Amino acid sequence: MKEKPIIHMENLWAGYGQDPILENINLDIYSQDFVGLIGPNGGGKTTLIKVILGLLEPSRGKVEIMGMPVRQGREAVGYVPQLVEFDRAFPISVYEVVRMGLLGKRKLLNPFLPVDRDKIFQALDLVNLKHLVDQPIGELSGGQRQRVYIARALVAEPKILLLDEPTASIDPQTSTSIYELLRDLNQQVTILLISHDMSAITSYVKTIGCLNHQLAYHAQKEISPDMLEIGYQCPVDLIAHGLPHRVLPAHPHEEHIHD
Amino acid sequence: MINAIIEAFQFTFMRNALAAGLLVSIACGIIGTYVVVNRIVFISGGIAHAAYGGIGLGYFLGINPIFGAIGFSLLSALGMGAVQRKTKERADTIIGVMWAIGMALGIILIDRSAGYKADLMSYLFGSILSVPGSDLVLMAILDFSIIVLVSLFYKELQAISFDETFTTLQNVPVNALYLLLLAMIAVTVVMMMRVVGLIMVIALLTIPAAISGMHVHSLKSMMILSTLLGMVFTLIGLWLSYSWNLTSGATIILISGIGYLISLLIQSWRASRDKRTWQMPKVNS
Repeated sequence: MKEKPIIHMENLWAGYGQDPILENINLDIYSQDFVGLIGPNGGGKTTLIKVILGLLEPSRGKVEIMGMPVRQGREAVGYVPQLVEFDRAFPISVYEVVRMGLLGKRKLLNPFLPVDRDKIFQALDLVNLKHLVDQPIGELSGGQRQRVYIARALVAEPKILLLDEPTASIDPQTSTSIYELLRDLNQQVTILLISHDMSAITSYVKTIGCLNHQLAYHAQKEISPDMLEIGYQCPVDLIAHGLPHRVLPAHPHEEHIHD
Repeated sequence: MINAIIEAFQFTFMRNALAAGLLVSIACGIIGTYVVVNRIVFISGGIAHAAYGGIGLGYFLGINPIFGAIGFSLLSALGMGAVQRKTKERADTIIGVMWAIGMALGIILIDRSAGYKADLMSYLFGSILSVPGSDLVLMAILDFSIIVLVSLFYKELQAISFDETFTTLQNVPVNALYLLLLAMIAVTVVMMMRVVGLIMVIALLTIPAAISGMHVHSLKSMMILSTLLGMVFTLIGLWLSYSWNLTSGATIILISGIGYLISLLIQSWRASRDKRTWQMPKVNS
């Protein structure tokens, strides 16, 4: 049938302390996918990312990246963290931030090579920031900083980009340009994007899923009734943004919605 | 003035003091930069004070207190590091407790030690004018080790300081390197104890780096500038304490403090000048 998934999750449970945050998650992400997972805050989006990145051990179930355990497989993941406030005085240049993405490719104590320099410039070129290469990261705008993090994730030529709330704290115009950039990048790289802001992502992603402790994902573009049930808050947000016609399916399931 | 300086350096103790000031400034500039950008000033203070337990142990066992201090500060650095990384909340409380226990242990051990304890105060308040030649050799070795280790792991340490999670994902041994950094802080702190005393270690560790951070924007230049500033501060402080018979450690710290204030003034003057140029109407637009 289809080729092997890049990310494979099977009957996965995870959480902290007594209560599971992720309940029985099953998810396969294939090459060239552009998956957007939406869900309310507290619905387990961050937990899911931590599990994929091997920062949190699942309590039950299985997660694999490229058929490998996450700690090895995560070298194939380009992670773009959520933009948070940070120490603007931190002395590091854009070049040095992007270079961080190559640390995994290089053994400790080995020097970086001239080819690494080329890779860093190529990654910055992809996000249109070559001209800022020597700037201190603290002097960049939020959107530019997000692009630097995307370049940092791309520089090691990952199989999949994993983005956590890529537009959470940037203005709508910049968000649009970030999503357009991601759509272009998707021609080469698989993307998994997690956000609570669905109105924007639905226009760009290829398939959408809803995460609120459980996951409803059918590798489709539309929001299905079970997604509405699971992620009750998603459709509310959706309709509030005036886009129901875009993502609600045409087939008759409306009785479920009003249950 | 020149004659007075030449005259002063006829004395071995002044030459040793000068050498100690320069050697300590190197470790201080490099490690202080990491302390400032990682915001681990509190942990460094804890390490410095817990080291007093080692000094007490040195007196108690009749060995060189410096070795006791190195052992104790390394242990407390690893302990505090482990606490800080395992318990995300209330780490500062536990570090504060270890800080106090270390000091208390030192005091009790010294109470229980026989013999002459006159130079005890020099560990608390420093005495750059009484650094023996053997300590200089030790300082040079520690400086050399710090320079080698930091150049080997510069990129990793920078990455950990900037974004630890991302560095973890690169499968860099983040925990081991972080503990290495804390161990380097520990030995730096012990070296500095000789010069300014453990109570004021934190000031000399952080002030030069804090000033540099205002004026340069790369880790490497921060380290170099901090080292140079540390040298200037210790040399001026040393000279003033020699000529006016003041406590050397306190003089060095006061000079550093004045340097910090001047730097703040320069920074705010620069910021207001930049704002003025923003408001200038553009002629050709």
